[in-house]
Amino acid sequence: MTTPVVGNQRTLGFSQPEPSRPLRKPRTSLKVRNALIGWTFILPNFLGFAVLTLTPVITLFYMSLTNWNIFGTAEWVGLENFARLVGDKSFHIALGNTLYYAALHIPITIIVSLALALLLNQKLRGAAFFRTVAFFPYITSIVAVAVVWNMLFSPEFGPINQFLGMFVGGDLPGWTVSKDWAMPAVIIVGTWKDMGYYMLLFLAGLQTVPTELHEAARIDGAGAWQRFWNVTLPCLRPTMFFVTVMVTIQSLKVFDLILVMTDGGPGQATLVLSQYIYQKGFEQFQFGYASAIAVVLFLICILVTVVQFLYNKRRDA
Amino acid sequence: MTARTSPFRRFGRVLLYVTMIVAAAGIMLPFAWMVISSLKLNNQVFTAPVQWIPDPVQWSNYIDIWVKADMVTWVRNTLVVSVAVTFLQVLTGSFAAYGFAKMRFPGRDVLFLLYIGTIAVPWQSYMIPQFQMLSSWGLNNTLWAIMLLQAFGAFGVFLMKQYYESIPDSLSEAARIDGLSEYGIWWRIIIPLSVPALASLTIITFVQTWNDYLGPLIYLRERPLWTIQLGLQSFIGEYNAEHALIMTGSVLSVLPIALIFLLGQRYFVQGIATTGVKG
Repeated sequence: MTTPVVGNQRTLGFSQPEPSRPLRKPRTSLKVRNALIGWTFILPNFLGFAVLTLTPVITLFYMSLTNWNIFGTAEWVGLENFARLVGDKSFHIALGNTLYYAALHIPITIIVSLALALLLNQKLRGAAFFRTVAFFPYITSIVAVAVVWNMLFSPEFGPINQFLGMFVGGDLPGWTVSKDWAMPAVIIVGTWKDMGYYMLLFLAGLQTVPTELHEAARIDGAGAWQRFWNVTLPCLRPTMFFVTVMVTIQSLKVFDLILVMTDGGPGQATLVLSQYIYQKGFEQFQFGYASAIAVVLFLICILVTVVQFLYNKRRDA
Repeated sequence: MTARTSPFRRFGRVLLYVTMIVAAAGIMLPFAWMVISSLKLNNQVFTAPVQWIPDPVQWSNYIDIWVKADMVTWVRNTLVVSVAVTFLQVLTGSFAAYGFAKMRFPGRDVLFLLYIGTIAVPWQSYMIPQFQMLSSWGLNNTLWAIMLLQAFGAFGVFLMKQYYESIPDSLSEAARIDGLSEYGIWWRIIIPLSVPALASLTIITFVQTWNDYLGPLIYLRERPLWTIQLGLQSFIGEYNAEHALIMTGSVLSVLPIALIFLLGQRYFVQGIATTGVKG
């Protein structure tokens, strides 16, 4: 910020704000002071965050390159763990099941929660009560919820199969005790539990859609479906992006739900990556190998998020 | 909107109401089943057809459970952990958020990006190194581990920052000119203005900690340290044929959360909306 010195000003020796020197000092020290104060605000939380989250994330990569086990000896083995992953059948199953869960849970949750939000947005009487109801599963503990659903899914006397039996003859799904139906059962419960959360996000997003746009479209003769498709959805794009990122990560890391509902079974029908990490790490104490699986999970999550970000940015432009 | 009452429109409204009621009933069904079963005799839980009204009503289940399960210990441990985590998260989160939202200094944005980035990193991927680290500090099998695990999450910082940014800067600037220090501004101006957000963060953190199952599962080995979720899960394993009692335990584990949720629902909803709006 150097103002051009005009003519004789200088020689006149007026009390020009005599260039920077005397002033700069207090200004820089103010800056430093400001930065120090800023840091003191962040530090208490950041210390915990750095020690408890960042450090483990970084050590994870190191651990995945060792054969760390219960005896606490960590020898450098290079990429050996990853080479072992390539031939590990259980790992393939866990990876496949994780993708299976995600492939269904992501779209179903998004569609159902958006539908619920649209329904709530109709300003019906009793909507507040319905919002409470739809959100309630999200705040209840996974253990209580899983045991109830397991009873509901009980193949012989469970209410769900009794209900289905009224419409369908013949073989009813075995749900959590059947290899083919365990995963759909888990997905149903996962969706039921999570949809209320995403419904709230969509509902908040719907409030940002300008009503004038809807009015204009209505006057132009657009039907409800056209208005949804051409007005509501485009306006919801930021929310949709956020929801997609969140639900994707949530699906890829799914763990406690499966642990308490099926424990990965029957057989390995619902074994997912997070649980395989747990088995190798905390049941068989192969910390090095478990870390290698964790690195894979980590990279998948980061990769998917980055791709979603880039895609969103390109559509923004 | 209500002016037009063509039969077609009215039919549409009715259809919406029917959808809403059916959906609500479907969503609540597991909870209804849970409460009903918790009041039944054990052999009445699985009947065909389903018996929707317990007869006789077994209130005694709610007494027996305290004898068969160590509920008092579990609830106490869970309370200790939840209160400590909530306190730390709210305090450090709102403090840090002030630095991110109201102050300008080099490195701030990079640091915040680091926080946001961890949203994409599942805890499951770094639970092993974290466990190794906390164990090497001798914190394995202590409640301290569970407290540390949850207290410094990025979520609190994120939520509070979003809220602080909606408070006009002119307020803090005026206070600055009046000679209030930054800490004074945080404590005297921003904190009183952000009570709704603080309430949101308090409730959300408390509920999350109360419900956490994985942390306690990995760290807490000894029964006297168990939290309610861990205790309930082991009770289910031990008494796996006592369906009615299991349901009683489930009701009791959900009840405190349900009460908190019903009382503070507004803050819950606002908190979640706040984190979602900006994305």
